[in-house]
Parts: sequence; structure tokens; C-alpha cells
Amino acid sequence: MKEFFAMGGYALYVWGSFAMTALLMIVEPILLRRRKQAALARIRRIARLQQQR
Amino acid sequence: MKARHKRLGFLTIGIVALGLSTWLVVNALGSNLSYFFSPSEVAEGAAPSERIFRLGGLVKPDSVERGEELLVRFQVTDHAHDVTVVYSGILPDLFAEGQGVVAQGRLNEQGQFVAERVLAKHDENYMAPEVKEALARAHADGVAQEASTYAAAESSGSYSSRGGESGAYSTSGVTQ
Amino acid sequence: MSSRLVNWFKFSSPSTFYPLAGKIGFWSMVVTVVLLAVGLYMSFFVAPTDYKQGEGYRIIYVHVPAAWMSMFLYVLMAGWAALGLVFNTRLSAMMASALAPTGASMAFIALWTGAFWGKPMWGAWWVWDARLTSELILLFLYLGFIALQSAIDDPRRADRACAVLAIVGVVNVPIIYYSVIWWNTLHQGATIQIRGESSMDPLMLTTLLIMTLAFWAYCIAVAMARVRSIILERERETTWVGEMVKEGRA
Repeated sequence: MKEFFAMGGYALYVWGSFAMTALLMIVEPILLRRRKQAALARIRRIARLQQQR
Repeated sequence: MKARHKRLGFLTIGIVALGLSTWLVVNALGSNLSYFFSPSEVAEGAAPSERIFRLGGLVKPDSVERGEELLVRFQVTDHAHDVTVVYSGILPDLFAEGQGVVAQGRLNEQGQFVAERVLAKHDENYMAPEVKEALARAHADGVAQEASTYAAAESSGSYSSRGGESGAYSTSGVTQ
Repeated sequence: MSSRLVNWFKFSSPSTFYPLAGKIGFWSMVVTVVLLAVGLYMSFFVAPTDYKQGEGYRIIYVHVPAAWMSMFLYVLMAGWAALGLVFNTRLSAMMASALAPTGASMAFIALWTGAFWGKPMWGAWWVWDARLTSELILLFLYLGFIALQSAIDDPRRADRACAVLAIVGVVNVPIIYYSVIWWNTLHQGATIQIRGESSMDPLMLTTLLIMTLAFWAYCIAVAMARVRSIILERERETTWVGEMVKEGRA
């Protein structure tokens, strides 16, 4: 197991690459979910304002 | 003619013009965009003699001599010409005889290349160590055949333009 | 007008495309998770060690798919932008805008993993050779597209300006691809050949192709999610969006 994580001495480079890729591929969908929720909230607010009038 | 067709026409003309101008620019810049000069280019005097440039090719087998401390002397070849390189410092992991190398530095009066930095250039072949061993055995059996493919690779100029080891593993039938 | 043409234009309407994009996005995400699980397992446990670069070569399984996607997405983005410019369809420009951030992310991954690969193998994090420089320009083109989009308030005008930038920048893509052939570079030549033999172990090649498909699926999934948000933002005052949100179908 220890040997696997050592990656034949290239641990920093291999894990540094995969970690950055994973980070971006996890953060992007989260940001997109937030963006959609924000858009929906705004549309609901507009609808409420129109009803009040 | 509809406005849509007109826009399409302008767009096509624009793209063609742009493509053409890029092609011209790329052509004009030519070798200036290249990262290194080959030993043949150095021999022809195409490389700058006064300022720093990069030299690329293969480390000639059996040419590496290690001196005091980190001093190392080796020859860079493209199978047509050789240039002697003198370097003092740490070499990258992939530095080895017969492997691709790019050195940065300048020529001295004796025509030796004094390098300040040495980078390793690897080729586009990826295989398992066992396959490599099998390939080496096959190579021993077919040296004559190998020699002919070498000559072909060299005459086609693939050597100097790629700077890799294109000819070295032409028995790629083994790797499929 | 032929029936094929009518069918085609039906999906260029945001109201019909919105639910379709939802379905495509969902299934692409499912495919992404499955392919990434298989691909990552193969990357670390099935693909053999390289004869020269040892375990360090495994960076290829994220580096190459990301680099390919960064180029494909750019061509796709420019294509949608050109369509929007010519036919003046709303959805085409939205598709182009939806692809830009993902493309930028892919270009960044390609450069980052490239640096982490170059340091141990070449001996340098970065060199100004033709391949690396042209890929960096690609990242800047994506960032320029995003910046231009947000700098112009009127979205329709922003679309047109961005379309011009995207189309002009497309010349960079063949330059990236052929840079290793046209000039001497420190970067290696192409391992995977479209025509002719690839110089790679079959198991390594299979792993690389699975990872590439996973990246494809991922890019489709996030682009679909983003285009849905863009549709909601831009069409928020239309009745179809209002009704859809009220009925909880969004």
C-alpha cells in the first residue's frame, strides 16, 4: 500500500496532477448547482413581486 | 441575397483570409519557433555563435565522460553530425546514452558547447518493461533490418525535425 | 421547407432544449461516474509500468484527455459561436458560452499536469517551446472569451463580439496539434496516430481511451448543466420559464 502511494518516487508529481484534476472536476459541478439555484431564486422573486402588484 | 447569406459570405472570406495570413506568418517565422537546433544545423553554421541557444539531439552512446564533481562531457548527435557538450550540474532522471537531450548554452572557441542547463527529451513510445526486453532481444536478432530502417528514417529527415528517437524503435510491430 | 429542417430548428428553441439538456446532462453524469471509476482503476492497477518513465508516466491518463478536450471544446465553441453569428439563433450563442469555462478548465488541467510531468522527466516545470506556448495561448483565448462576455452588458452584443474572438482564435488549434511536427519541441511527438500505428502498449492505450471517454462525458454533463443555467438567466422574464419554475419542472 505504501509502495502504491510512493508511485516509484514520483508521488508528488502523480498525486499533484490527479489531485488538481479531481479538485476542478468536483468544484465545477458544485458551482453550477449554486448558479442554477441562484437563477431559480431570482425567477421566484420576480414572480412574487408581480403577484403583489 | 438574404442578410444571413451575406453574413455567411463575410465569415467565410474572413476565415480564409485569417487562415492564409496565419500560414504566411508561420512560414515566415519558420525555424525561429523551434525550441532547439540540431547538430547538423550547428555544423552548417545556422545556430548563433555569439549568443545563447539550445542544442538538441541524442546523447551519443559511449560518449559520456564524468569528470571531477558534477562535471560531465558527452556528445550530442543526429546521426549526421556530433557536437561535444560540457556541463556541470545535476542531470534529469531520463538523461542516458542513446536518449533525447536538449542543452542550453553557447559554443566556445574550440567548437564545444558549454551548457548551463540540460533537459531530457523523451519519445512518444510507451510500453511495459517486459515488452522492452522482448524488443531488445528481437533487435539483437534483426540488427541488419534495423540498420536499413535507420537509414530510411535519416534520409526522410524525420530525425532532425522531430529530434526524438523516431528511428530507434521502428520494430514497433512488436508493441502493436 | 423540408420536415428535416423543421425538426432541427425545433431544438434551437430554448424552451424545447431545456428539458432535453436536463436529460442529456443527467445521463452523461452517470456515464462519467462509471467510466471514471473504471478508468481510474485501470490507470493505477491494470496499466503496466512504463519501461522508461516508471510510475511517473501515469500522469498521461489525465494530461492527454484534458489536452484533447481543451482543443475539441474550442472548435465546438467556435462552431456554435459561428452558427449563432450567421443564423442569429439564441441557443447557439448560449451553447458557446456554456462551453468556455469547461474548456478553460481543461486547458488549465493540461498545463498543470504537464508541468508536474515535465519537472521530473525533462527537468523543468515549464519551457517556451511551441507546444506549451500554443496551449497557454488557448487558455488565454478561453479566458478572453469569458472576460469579453462579462464585460459587455447587452448579452446579444456580447455574443457577437465573443463569436468573432472565438472564430479568430480557432487557427490556434491546428497550431497546437501540429506544433510537434512543424518545429523542434521539447514536448514529445504524437503517441496516438489517427492513421497508422500508435506507439503504445495496448493496455495503456485502452486505459487512455476509457479516460478520454470519461472526460468527454464529463464535459457534456457540465456543459448541459451550464447551458440550462444560462437559459434560465437570459429567459427569466419569459412566460415559459415562469410557468416551468412555478410548476417545479426546472
